[in-house]
Amino acid sequence: MQDYQTQQPTVLKILDAHREMPGNLLPILHGIQDTLGYIPPDAVPDIAKALNLSKAEVHGVVSFYHYFRVTPPGKHTIRICRAESCQSMNSKTLETHAKQTLNIDFHETSADGMFSLEPVYCLGNCACSPAITIDNEVFGRVSPEKFDQLLATFKGTE
Amino acid sequence: MTRLFISRDSTALSLGAELVAQTLQRHTAGQNIEIIRNGSRGLFWLEPLIEVETDAGRVAYGPVQPEDVASLLASGLLEGNQHPLYLGDIEALPYFKNQNRLTFARVGITDPVSLDDYLAHDGYRGLKNALALQPADIVKQVTESGLRGRGGAAFPTGIKWNTVLNAPAEQKYIVCNADEGDSGTFSDRMIMEGDPFVLIEGMTIAGLAVGATQGYIYLRIEYPHAKIALNQAIAAAYENGYLGENIQGSGKTFHLEVRSGAGAYVCGEETSLLESLEGKRGLVRFKPPLPAIVGLFGKPTIVNNVISLASIPVILDKGGEYYKNFGLGRSRGTLPIQLAGNIKHGGLFEAAFGVTLRELLYDYGGGSASGRPIRAVQVGGPLGAYMPESQFDTPLDYEAFAAIGAVLGHGGIVVHDDTTSLADMARYAMEFCVEESCGKCTPCRIGSTRGVEVIDRILDNVDKAKNTELLRDLCDTMTCGSLCAMGGMTPYPVLSALNHFPEDFGLQATKA
Ligand SMILES: Cc1cc2nc3c(=O)[nH]c(=O)nc-3n(C[C@H](O)[C@H](O)[C@H](O)COP(=O)(O)O)c2cc1C
Ligand code: SF4
Ligand code: FES
Repeated sequence: MQDYQTQQPTVLKILDAHREMPGNLLPILHGIQDTLGYIPPDAVPDIAKALNLSKAEVHGVVSFYHYFRVTPPGKHTIRICRAESCQSMNSKTLETHAKQTLNIDFHETSADGMFSLEPVYCLGNCACSPAITIDNEVFGRVSPEKFDQLLATFKGTE
Repeated sequence: MTRLFISRDSTALSLGAELVAQTLQRHTAGQNIEIIRNGSRGLFWLEPLIEVETDAGRVAYGPVQPEDVASLLASGLLEGNQHPLYLGDIEALPYFKNQNRLTFARVGITDPVSLDDYLAHDGYRGLKNALALQPADIVKQVTESGLRGRGGAAFPTGIKWNTVLNAPAEQKYIVCNADEGDSGTFSDRMIMEGDPFVLIEGMTIAGLAVGATQGYIYLRIEYPHAKIALNQAIAAAYENGYLGENIQGSGKTFHLEVRSGAGAYVCGEETSLLESLEGKRGLVRFKPPLPAIVGLFGKPTIVNNVISLASIPVILDKGGEYYKNFGLGRSRGTLPIQLAGNIKHGGLFEAAFGVTLRELLYDYGGGSASGRPIRAVQVGGPLGAYMPESQFDTPLDYEAFAAIGAVLGHGGIVVHDDTTSLADMARYAMEFCVEESCGKCTPCRIGSTRGVEVIDRILDNVDKAKNTELLRDLCDTMTCGSLCAMGGMTPYPVLSALNHFPEDFGLQATKA
């Protein structure tokens, strides 16, 4: 894990950029996660101080939202839709296949640090279920075979 | 110059539209063509779709894979000639022809982020009319249209706006609920990606109507492409005096900003959404006071769904009366219906209220994707009821659905064939509530956890009769004792599964 000292200037810069914005906590957390990949727990006191909140309040917000993470992600994040429409098109089989192939469970990162796996509840791609995203790219009608091809492609782009 | 259209809609992209566009670009380098990245017509089984503008109108081809591009060009794609993937005029296909596209009139036709295109296709005519009206008269048009909130609760939009109009305050807000958390729904996404200006225009008119100068679009984080399109359109609107100070020289002000959610279903609930916008955990607020009186940062606030707001421009352009003439009973206007799940022709279908499920599933949807019998459909997202075949003749109408214990919600229809276990789906509904409950009240927070356990015991044949009774009791407590519809409506999928498909729970059919 990276040392917070090297990350702190980034966090302070983001805090500064959002100083005047009403309701700025979520935009700040997004800003931090977009740049660092996660929200370092060590950043919480800095955020709390800048927004005049308690550390518990900031922590409460970070932990309430599924999207925010407090550990570094793998190189690519795979999100598999678990909602009803995708279930009706066998997303469960895909989920099992993905976990076996990557040898991890949801919320974990593969041993080579390449892929993190997260559940998601609908990507708005329900007319072409099952759906997944890899980073910001959406894929539809994903069979286990297509999943393997995608893994190979994303590994290849490194 | 020949103009070609390939969609930038997420679903089209999820099927490879980007690569098709790139391949086409490469093959036609140096030729006098322009590739426009439009929204999607919503016929997703035909995506990636290419449309080419010819003297005889637009000609479509699809579904196109990158390897088809060379043969398409060779057989005269640019002239609209025949090819195995030739579809002709998309608008002549029955699926398209039988729609009433009011809200989605431009989606799939224009370049979503081109203001010129928007203006050339009747854009901002609603705003122009609104600028000539008194606020109360704008609200009157909306009331007359009969528009009811498309986000789920179907509350009359005009009444909500009137409340905010009459609430005295120095600052008021317009908040667009773009959280679209329901599974099987994507019409909000499609309009934001395919015609973001119509939402911007709708929100601007809302601002004029009630005297609000600031708007926020609370957008779910799962929609990155919608965020890009919205921000591009907002920037163009600012540059051209359609947002900001002194809109089109009228002296009126309206500012607009997109804010991202962070993956919490409950933040689609309007008060939870406001908490989230204020930078807090998304805990549901007690009502009253209504957000219309005490909303964002304590100020009077309109919270409306994307489709509700995107329906405003056509109402102000053509009049409330015009909009009202579509529909049935108290369900007026049109509903963008989303066909999803195990369906052959999945996509978006905008129609006046009154079309039946059966027509949608078989005439337009073409039956199941698997070719097996359709056994159940869930309408209205994860809190909606499962409907068996015997209810497929129900017309899409808020009251007709309510009368049989179902909900229309956001108009998402998720199809299941006969391989789905409805007991599994009931269990999942409870599990989803466990996962997404905001935790403020006990029936929802604890009830859902117990619900999963009780269903497990039923499925494990442990005291079946007693546990089934217990499940019904539990659902009753959740219905009556929950603060919001998250806990209050989770019983809909659970009880409908139990009542209509008892055999999946290993139970005899009862009267129910
Ligand atoms: C748990 C829960 C989730 C909801 N999710 C959404 C949503 O994603 N989008 C939406 O527009 N409304 C959603 N609603 C309904 C909103 O609370 C609210 O009724 C709606 O935004 C009002 O806008 P409308 O009148 O234009 O429909 C949800 C309600 C509940 C209880
Ligand atoms: S019903 Fe559930 S989501 Fe709604 S307020 Fe209660 S705990 Fe929160
Ligand atoms: S349910 Fe999976 S994308 Fe909507």
